[in-house]
Amino acid sequence: MMMGLILFSIGFISGIIGGMGIGGGTILIPALIIFAKTEQHIAQSVNLIYFIPTAIIALVVHIKNKRIDFKTALPIIISGIVGALAGSSLAASFSSNLLRKMFAFFLLIMGIYEMFRKPGDEAADVDEST
Amino acid sequence: MNENNITSKINIDSKDKKDIKKNKNRNENKNKNKIENKNKNSQYMTNIAIGTVTGLVNGLFGSGGGTIAVPAMVLLLGLDDHKAHATAISIILPLTIVSAFLYIRNSYVDWNITWKITLGGIAGGYLGARLLSICPAHILRRIFAGFMIFAAIRMLWV
Repeated sequence: MMMGLILFSIGFISGIIGGMGIGGGTILIPALIIFAKTEQHIAQSVNLIYFIPTAIIALVVHIKNKRIDFKTALPIIISGIVGALAGSSLAASFSSNLLRKMFAFFLLIMGIYEMFRKPGDEAADVDEST
Repeated sequence: MNENNITSKINIDSKDKKDIKKNKNRNENKNKNKIENKNKNSQYMTNIAIGTVTGLVNGLFGSGGGTIAVPAMVLLLGLDDHKAHATAISIILPLTIVSAFLYIRNSYVDWNITWKITLGGIAGGYLGARLLSICPAHILRRIFAGFMIFAAIRMLWV
């Protein structure tokens, strides 16, 4: 019961931040690890699955508003799928401890980048989650 | 007779000139097409590079795809911010489905945690989108950048 409440709250707060365009995944994963003691691979899997329904809703709205550049997106998606297959297999081959350290390093760079980015430079804002 | 000859000669002359002009134009067009093709090719290479890196990071860390794809499309492909945001979702959604499928197949999945987080996330996401018009995001961004740095250091040392 208590754990359920903690999990719901972590999702809720990450959702608010993601909804405001500050990138939910980089908050959700460390929050799961620090406050719910989730294993690294599981925390990443939660973020991936959690992103899917939210992204579908956002995508429908964007398609209706004709905001998507499909001509640019298509080659990126095709090469991206190859990257995703490689990245996920790589993650599965790493130990929990090694993956956590690598993630932490990535998070540190992202955090420093966010901290020192010029105000008003909205180019790197991320709409939904990941 | 003589006059006719002269006019036909003039006609031939002007026809030659036209041909020369045509050829020149054709060559110019060829060069132009070559340059355009070169630009197109290098743009495709950029697209492929953006896709590969975005997919790799998103698969490896289960997050961060948008953080790479959005600035990359703005800076390298010259998309405007709104279009880049919307387009990034159309890119990251299929990549995330592929990655999630592989995580589940490797039995890295805990549905009990996932559905609780997702429920909270949907409610929070709705509220966040509403709050955006009231609360300035740039102050929150600094706060959460602080959290990210704190979490990173904790995860590196503990």
